[in-house]
Amino acid sequence: MNRIVTLSQDYILRHLQVMLSSLGQLWRQPLANLMTTLVIGIALALPTVLFVLLSNLEQVSDQWDTATQISLFLQQDISHEKAISLEKRLHKWPEITTSKYHSAEQSLEEFRLMSGLGNLLDTLPDNPLPAVIVVQPNDNITQPAELTRLLTRLDKLAEVSQAKLDVEWIQRLRSINRMGQRGISILSLLLSLSVLLVIGNTIRLAILNRQSEIRVIKLVGGTNAFIRRPFLYSGFWYGFFGGLLAWITLLITLGMLNSPINELAMLYGSSFSLQWFAVQTMFMLPLSGALLGVLGAWLAVGRHLSAIEPN
Amino acid sequence: MINFIDVYKRYPNKHEALSGLSFQLEAGEMAFLTGHSGAGKSTLLKLIALIERSSHGQVLINNQNLSRLSARKVPYYRRQIGFVFQDHHLLHDRTVFDNIALPLIIAGINHRDISRRVRAALDKVNLLGKERSLPVALSGGEQQRVGIARAVVNRPPILLADEPTGNLDPELSREIMNLFQQFNQVGVTVVIATHDHDLIQTLPYRRLILQKGRMAKGESL
Repeated sequence: MNRIVTLSQDYILRHLQVMLSSLGQLWRQPLANLMTTLVIGIALALPTVLFVLLSNLEQVSDQWDTATQISLFLQQDISHEKAISLEKRLHKWPEITTSKYHSAEQSLEEFRLMSGLGNLLDTLPDNPLPAVIVVQPNDNITQPAELTRLLTRLDKLAEVSQAKLDVEWIQRLRSINRMGQRGISILSLLLSLSVLLVIGNTIRLAILNRQSEIRVIKLVGGTNAFIRRPFLYSGFWYGFFGGLLAWITLLITLGMLNSPINELAMLYGSSFSLQWFAVQTMFMLPLSGALLGVLGAWLAVGRHLSAIEPN
Repeated sequence: MINFIDVYKRYPNKHEALSGLSFQLEAGEMAFLTGHSGAGKSTLLKLIALIERSSHGQVLINNQNLSRLSARKVPYYRRQIGFVFQDHHLLHDRTVFDNIALPLIIAGINHRDISRRVRAALDKVNLLGKERSLPVALSGGEQQRVGIARAVVNRPPILLADEPTGNLDPELSREIMNLFQQFNQVGVTVVIATHDHDLIQTLPYRRLILQKGRMAKGESL
């Protein structure tokens, strides 16, 4: 038992030694290795930034989902009193929780304030905007079919010229979002592949540089695993530091986007603030980088190791 | 210990280095391998170290049939063989200590034992105090002794040397031979390929004379 403990201690110690000495080797050629690491970092950062932004977009659309509302645009010739009585009638419908009436004048006033086109509006002979009643469907109406049925019923009311479900554009946003996600997955795959190739190529050069050393090690009885180990650790470090660099790139990018996004949110009267995913990506990026690094190194070593034999 | 039975070695370029070679060496024996260049001396040593495999025939080392040894087991087999080269094959970016420690690190010896055994090997080849030097800082004879220390540091039962004195003057050559004799005296089987006839003439060991890839008739003590 003691022997097993000592053996495994030796084993871990050896791995640690190789791990650190391969780190030292990277350190000895800082410029060339920094370049490699930068390439990896950028390749990992790009899909991550897009992913974070898309996740934020998804959250925004989720927020809006609960605020499904239907706008009823009334006929132009409906009088103020008729509109108010319609609003009261609608309020009593079980399918509707709240309803709010905006007269044509109110709509105009709101538009004047929001659009800044006040002067232009003054030149119009009469108010082009219709009166609107905004109703909020009951929370237990969640199925699209039920919602559509309610919509048709409202649309058929004599006073209503058009009933419009405000959720449509959210659904469109959703499907654009899904498309974006698919795109990012493909991009991530391609960029991971390029990370794999970059690391593989770097390791390949390292192997060629150390051919004579590999020959000597094979001569004195080094196994392939022994020879492979330092290269795998080099790959590990390239990927790890690349991932770390990608994380920093992500933070810088989001930092630069943060204030314009906040401004935009404020303009829409939203309390939205950018989610950074800083902690998750801090673990995920170096980890996935390291994984790709080991894999890339493994592929390179596997291909070239058997070709180098003592002579 | 070393047993060749009707061994042929043909290289891909059709050159036949060994043709029907048979001989036997007992454990603890020491022998010189001589013959013209191209007679197959290096090939013979490479077959023993499994750097090359025979095309035909059997090589038995320590009752192990090398042609049945899978590629995966070759590294472990090589740990039983010390190999000394004419051009040393040292790693020039590592110290003398690290060069000699290499076989021990590979074998997974723990590092306290490593430093003890490297020092013992350095002591044996008279290089104590040089362990921190890089190989380039050493003379040819010293580099050769580092190569020998590396070959014997994990105490292999077989020691092979390919022209170990090829680049050395007679006096240094004698010293190196003396070292090999010492290892042989503690039971190591030693095979030295050399064409330094003046040197081996004075030494009382068996001579294996290769001629055109087979043992010449004049094999003698």
